[in-house]
Amino acid sequence: MNENVVEVENLVKKFGSFIANDNLSFEVKRGEIFGFLGANGAGKTTTIRILVGLSPLTSGKVSVAGFDVTKQAEQVKKRIGYMCQKFSLYEDLTAEENIRLYGGIYGLSKREILQRSDSLLNRLKFEQYRKRLIGDLPPGMRQKLAFSVALLHNPEIVFLDEPTGGVDPFTRRQFWEMIYETASKGVTLFVTTHYMDEAEYCDRISIMDEGKIVALDTPSELKKRYKTKTVEDLFVKIARG
Amino acid sequence: MIKARNISKSYNGVTALDSISFDINRAELFGFIGPDGAGKTSLFRIITTLLIPDSGDMQVMEYDTVKDYRELRKRIGYMPGRFSLYADLTVEENLNFYATIFGTTVKENYHLIRDIYSHIEPFKKRQAGKLSGGMKQKLALSCALIHAPKLIVLDEPTTGVDAVSRTEFWEMLKKLQKEDITIVVSTPYMDEADRCDRIALLQSGKIMKTDTPGAITKSFDRNLFAVTAKNRFNLIQKLKEYSEIDTVYPFGDSIHITFKSVDRESELVKHLSDSGISDACITEIIPGIEDTFLNLMKPAGL
Repeated sequence: MNENVVEVENLVKKFGSFIANDNLSFEVKRGEIFGFLGANGAGKTTTIRILVGLSPLTSGKVSVAGFDVTKQAEQVKKRIGYMCQKFSLYEDLTAEENIRLYGGIYGLSKREILQRSDSLLNRLKFEQYRKRLIGDLPPGMRQKLAFSVALLHNPEIVFLDEPTGGVDPFTRRQFWEMIYETASKGVTLFVTTHYMDEAEYCDRISIMDEGKIVALDTPSELKKRYKTKTVEDLFVKIARG
Repeated sequence: MIKARNISKSYNGVTALDSISFDINRAELFGFIGPDGAGKTSLFRIITTLLIPDSGDMQVMEYDTVKDYRELRKRIGYMPGRFSLYADLTVEENLNFYATIFGTTVKENYHLIRDIYSHIEPFKKRQAGKLSGGMKQKLALSCALIHAPKLIVLDEPTTGVDAVSRTEFWEMLKKLQKEDITIVVSTPYMDEADRCDRIALLQSGKIMKTDTPGAITKSFDRNLFAVTAKNRFNLIQKLKEYSEIDTVYPFGDSIHITFKSVDRESELVKHLSDSGISDACITEIIPGIEDTFLNLMKPAGL
């Protein structure tokens, strides 16, 4: 279980003279729920874009699912899933069409797509929404479906960028149970969130500030170290300090 | 300041607001708390005269939101959920533009925005589209305040904003309140409810409850317990299996539960240890806003 799915060594990313990622080094283990926290503008999105192979790095070494993101970006993309709050599924396509689209993009066969979409919709109890446009579904439901679609091609790691923003408190909790369940099957979850109670659900969290990782450990260990009661207090203490 | 009676609005047969009534007092900091799709934005657009309700009446400062919209628009500041300033104008140009539209100048009302605007003034020559999220939010609030409105309506000003900037933003609102400005704000973050004088819990177009945050949490009608154990996922599963338990909700580092009829803490501890969870710890706790919200709400769309 100690195998690393993400390995980052001395990652630097500059935009002109601005240093967005300042010499980051960290690992994420297989089956781990890793919370990637930081204030707006701390550099989180930059790091995620590098990890998923969408943005070149300035210097350093980054491997995801065993492949180098600079030299083997296509290999990396096949083994990862991604969803974010702002965009996940096409609103003007139905649930079923979205699944078929993503299945096709990831090179699944027609039979595989059919089988997996049946079991996916069944598991979510969404069969009756199969032919509904995504735009007509409530946001919480959309997010749960988007997460399942991100898992369609059996990725080793899934990046969730604020997956629960604006979602009602009930569905937010169902969503986290899906995350736990996914992790228990050995899939790694890399999660960003502004809900600090959700940070407590992670196995380990990192807190980024001005392009640097300033804290990285289990939530309970960090709370002990910084003598705070909650991750929220911890976050405010670190980001304001 | 605001008097709303039986406001309803639907779009192509889908109900957004279902006969909503409420009153908001002068210089009050009033929060509408609810998830996406609860109807917050429709309601705010009706308050700001930008949308006409299907039925019901609303009075803002004695003006009717439908008939007297011209008078009202001079007196209301609105910050929509989506960033809607001019991205290709600079910070300074945006602010001057909004001041001019309302027939005033930045100088005249600078005292109202000084605390907020001073954070972004060093970047006044920068295009608004190139600001960070937190700075955009401060500029939008400055523009909503520049004509010295008596009421400001802020639609999810803190969504997607980090915990530190959120705290700062609420501190700014508290200061504005002291200038005799009424503030109506919406948020999906339940923990922000405590910062309002009064709140309304909104779900599926209906107000479930309106009161002070303290009174709302007091209305929680049964005992609430927090359970902790090292393996949380396993704990959730085992709690859900136990037939005497009604609700099981993860809350940060513990799981909040309620029992169906009788509280059976000691039996539960035994059940858990029989199921292989020996480190379970259970304590009675005081419910928060989110506990109350979950207790009142029916699971949406399922």
